[in-house]
Amino acid sequence: MLQTLVELERRREAARMGGGQVRIDAQHKKGRLTARERLDILLDPGSFEELDMYVEHNCVEFGMEATKIPGDGVVTGSGTINGRLVYVFSQDFTVFGGSLSERHAQKICKIMDNAMKVGAPVIGLNDSGGARIQEGVASLGGYAEVFQRNVLASGVIPQISLIMGPCAGGAVYSPAMTDFIFMVKDSSYMFVTGPDVVKTVTNEVVTQDELGGAITHTTKSGVADLACEDDVDALLRTRAFFDFLPLNNRVGVPYRPSSDDPERLEMSLDTLVPASAAKPYDMHELIRKVADEGEFFEIQPAHAANIIVGFARVEGSTVGIVANQPTVLAGCLDIAASKKAGRFVRFCDAFNIPIVTFVDVPGFLPGTAQEHNGIIKNGAKLLFAYAEATVPKITVITRKAYGGAYDVMASKHLRGDLNYAWPTAEIAVMGAKGAVEIIFRSDIGDKEAIAERTKEYEARFANPFVAASMGFIDEVIMPHSTRRRIAVGLRKLRTKKLENPWKKHDNIPL
Amino acid sequence: MFDKILIANRGEIACRVIKTARKMGIKTVAVYSDADAAALHVEMADEAVRLGPPPAAESYLLGDAIVQACLKTGAQAVHPGYGFLSEREWFASALAKENIAFIGPPPKAIAAMGDKIESKKLAQAAGVSVVPGFIGEINDTEHAVRIANEIGYPVMMKASAGGGGKGMRLAWSERDVRDGFQSTRNEGKASFGDDRVFIEKFVEQPRHIEIQLIGDQHGNTVYLNERDCSIQRRHQKVVEEAPSPFVTPEMRKAMGEQAVALANGVGYFSAGTVEFIAGADRSFYFLEMNTRLQVEHPVTECITGLDLVECMIRVAAGEPLGFTQKDVKLDGWAIETRVYAEDPYRGFLPSIGRLSRCAPPAEGDGVRVDTGVVEGAEISMFYDPMIAKLITHGATRAEAIEKQTIALDRYLVRGVGNNIDFVSAVMQHPRFQAGEQVTTAFIAEEYPDGFHGAPATPETIQGLVAAAAVINAVDTERAQLIDGQLNGYGAQYGEDWVVQLGGENHAVSVLAAGDSYDVALGGVTLRLTTEWRVGEPLFEARLEDEDGNRRTVVIAIDRLAAGFRLTTRGASHIARVLTPRSAALAAYMIPKIAPDMSRYLLCPMPGLVMALGVKAGDKVEAGQALATVEAMKMENILRAEKSGTIKEVRASVGESLAVDAVILEFEV
Repeated sequence: MLQTLVELERRREAARMGGGQVRIDAQHKKGRLTARERLDILLDPGSFEELDMYVEHNCVEFGMEATKIPGDGVVTGSGTINGRLVYVFSQDFTVFGGSLSERHAQKICKIMDNAMKVGAPVIGLNDSGGARIQEGVASLGGYAEVFQRNVLASGVIPQISLIMGPCAGGAVYSPAMTDFIFMVKDSSYMFVTGPDVVKTVTNEVVTQDELGGAITHTTKSGVADLACEDDVDALLRTRAFFDFLPLNNRVGVPYRPSSDDPERLEMSLDTLVPASAAKPYDMHELIRKVADEGEFFEIQPAHAANIIVGFARVEGSTVGIVANQPTVLAGCLDIAASKKAGRFVRFCDAFNIPIVTFVDVPGFLPGTAQEHNGIIKNGAKLLFAYAEATVPKITVITRKAYGGAYDVMASKHLRGDLNYAWPTAEIAVMGAKGAVEIIFRSDIGDKEAIAERTKEYEARFANPFVAASMGFIDEVIMPHSTRRRIAVGLRKLRTKKLENPWKKHDNIPL
Repeated sequence: MFDKILIANRGEIACRVIKTARKMGIKTVAVYSDADAAALHVEMADEAVRLGPPPAAESYLLGDAIVQACLKTGAQAVHPGYGFLSEREWFASALAKENIAFIGPPPKAIAAMGDKIESKKLAQAAGVSVVPGFIGEINDTEHAVRIANEIGYPVMMKASAGGGGKGMRLAWSERDVRDGFQSTRNEGKASFGDDRVFIEKFVEQPRHIEIQLIGDQHGNTVYLNERDCSIQRRHQKVVEEAPSPFVTPEMRKAMGEQAVALANGVGYFSAGTVEFIAGADRSFYFLEMNTRLQVEHPVTECITGLDLVECMIRVAAGEPLGFTQKDVKLDGWAIETRVYAEDPYRGFLPSIGRLSRCAPPAEGDGVRVDTGVVEGAEISMFYDPMIAKLITHGATRAEAIEKQTIALDRYLVRGVGNNIDFVSAVMQHPRFQAGEQVTTAFIAEEYPDGFHGAPATPETIQGLVAAAAVINAVDTERAQLIDGQLNGYGAQYGEDWVVQLGGENHAVSVLAAGDSYDVALGGVTLRLTTEWRVGEPLFEARLEDEDGNRRTVVIAIDRLAAGFRLTTRGASHIARVLTPRSAALAAYMIPKIAPDMSRYLLCPMPGLVMALGVKAGDKVEAGQALATVEAMKMENILRAEKSGTIKEVRASVGESLAVDAVILEFEV
């Protein structure tokens, strides 16, 4: 072989070794993979094309000039997932602890710029000790360069962050501005200030995991969307997830053939809503019976579980599903649910993903905790998101649609394209009991009269036909034909064109 | 013949009777409680009459309301099914008063056989062999001890009105009698309002064998061979078969003739069953006579070719049987398993809820499914949690067992816990398959520590690995059909894969070969043929090895976040299929240790907290009652497994809890 080719191979080999065998072994010992190993699982075999393999840092402080490792702590490039193009960066913890230097940041920026130019998603694999402290402000500048690109890319190309190790301090804000965050249980954490600082400042004693582990962020804070078992699990699930996403905001949703019959009837849905209004039922059953092959990729399943969001396919094409969940808090809307669903609806709208909404909502959650923490402005986020969305919107009310929550949940008035109701639907200002106690306040002492009035009210309003008579409901449908109705509806709406008035951007109540 | 009959029952038996009535051109009337307003039996019947709220005492046990329903609808006869009013003499008499036929035995026969002491006396008089024991009133514990000593141990103390395993106690010594007699009595009083107790010899290594009878109102009674119902769990039948692998032709004849003698002695007609207990030496003793159609009647129908419900209806209408003893066939072998909504992995606790998926195997070719529920139905706390009876019929016992196993593999039930894995495990158990040594202690002896899934044979594992490899191949192939690809094609994989199954890695290679796949694994190549499409919940395939041996595998697939749960042959297995590279990297993953939940008291079943016996800070001893949870009308007392201190009580009285909800936490 020519000497020059030998030299190239040698340099490549050196770069592939990252921080060296000792550090690779240490990474494995923690049950974590190296940056390149992770890409082997994430991307189609042999599809990864690396860029900037020989980039080194430019720091000359604190003896850093003596230690240079090609790649500088991040592996960047592009590859395919089931044949579709994706840009990736994968931080290498074996090189300077994956810390972010100016050059490290430049590498990330380069692939983001490329992704933006061609309209391909970016997946970032985060495993970094934080800023390259030796570089000082140059490192901070690097973060901000990445942040700026995250923001410009937001709504143009899907951005996914996998947190597979530490992610602390300013570093958290890049994932925070991407569309989805998947964390690995037991080996990843995210926080702005770590347990030590927390202890010094507030005297709270807390572990890394409790403060910002995968469970914390997928249940309590809602910062992350999915808690995965380990690296392999996270990477495999990301592959499956990627197949739901459009490549950018211009091409529309991906299509993948399915042999599942769009006309499939599900007779058991006729009995999904229990006879007793007080009895909950699991909305997942409806979602799975409507979706192609029963497949539903749920986002944030353990956070604000009173609302369900996630992706499914109908006739092979991606749809976003939003559904109230009667088994949790009776499916009411609260701050967390509104934020969770609002953000999801905006993602779908940004990327032309039709939204199917299943409604069984008794209203907003009352209480000082909600009011004092701003249910007004937070609840408005979901309302705002639905109202501004121009993608096809199909809504099915299965049972309750009460009060303001009725308006919020993709109602006709918010430009719902097809608003269906099951015969069990009750569309009203509130439940019969509450309504009667207000309308017939003078009768409150008289139990019999109240019971009588409640019955009257129920007979009048506890059905979908009042709303249907006003045209707020387009059709009352048989539950068993829900899949067929939605499939046909989406087919007809494929060519929907609707634009909002020109504006620089809106002013959603953040 | 009747024009219209009413079925005073619900569930599978109501549906079963309606089917025969339809076949005979008879119109049907169903009755229902509010819980069953949308039930299958109501859908199937020509008419339906509401009885009342869900509790049986306020609906299906309201004899007067049922008589009224007959009068209102013009039903000329009532089939009572089993349970509920089927063995209530007063109900049969009340119908008779209104000139409505009771599709069952005469009231006096019901009365005679309903009392365990009375029936035993009658049996003895008819020359039926009875278990040595004391027939008559027992005054007190001293009296009981004397009797027990005379009979010789072990003895069984039984509440006279008891049944279904309630009010029974085994005594191995005088001490046991002293300890247990009074409580048996109390239980009888509490459960059945009758504190009479009788004592009899306990037959060791007992088999439960029963003779099916059918008689008409013209004095003809024949026996329709036996059923073996020895597979029982806490005296509840789980598996029944006909004939019995234990019974010889001579024994069959002797038992049958004694049973007929007993029936003739009380002027019996219609269908009835004489239950015997048989010892290891093939001695047999009369237990009791059930004056109704039994749950397990289908196995008898399979081997005799008779429709017992039709026979009962014809007999009630006064028709003669039309056949004699020598016409009774014994064709092949039939086995019935009872598919229950109870969770064998959790100590067989009843499981209630909605059947989010319920797809029974197709009927025909020796498979019969008697069910009263459809997908979406609710298994409620008010009634027996039976989902279905699965009956298979083959030329031989082995064939009937194999058909059962495959049919159970095809039976998809989701949403509620169920015992399909368990009955499948029984079917595959060598002791069951041998037949000879199947006693009523089978389950207690073979599953002393509960059930943890059927052990997978190497053949089962091989089938699972091959199936997982092909499922992945089909899945992967489809995944490459997504649009928007960079190069116009998808991921390029080789033939080699690694199937991770239950913690083991299996290297396989998969090669599509026309409509089939050649799967090489463990040094052999299997040809797998399947029509499976992505998304179908059941994977069914034919496997052929290099020697041309064929077998069928049926596997239920539940998709997990990454991988699948594959269920077949009585157990579930977690499977994931990786490329060899990914599998090598997966080896670095640290296995997750399941969190230690021993410091929590978890709710073992969905239920209502009735009582909490402790509060935070209390010290408790092992075995101490901590909480009472009501489920399926049963109060379950949850006890401390070890001594400790209560840190926090999380649940409150009156709260409805889900499975595994934390009730309280112990100090570490």
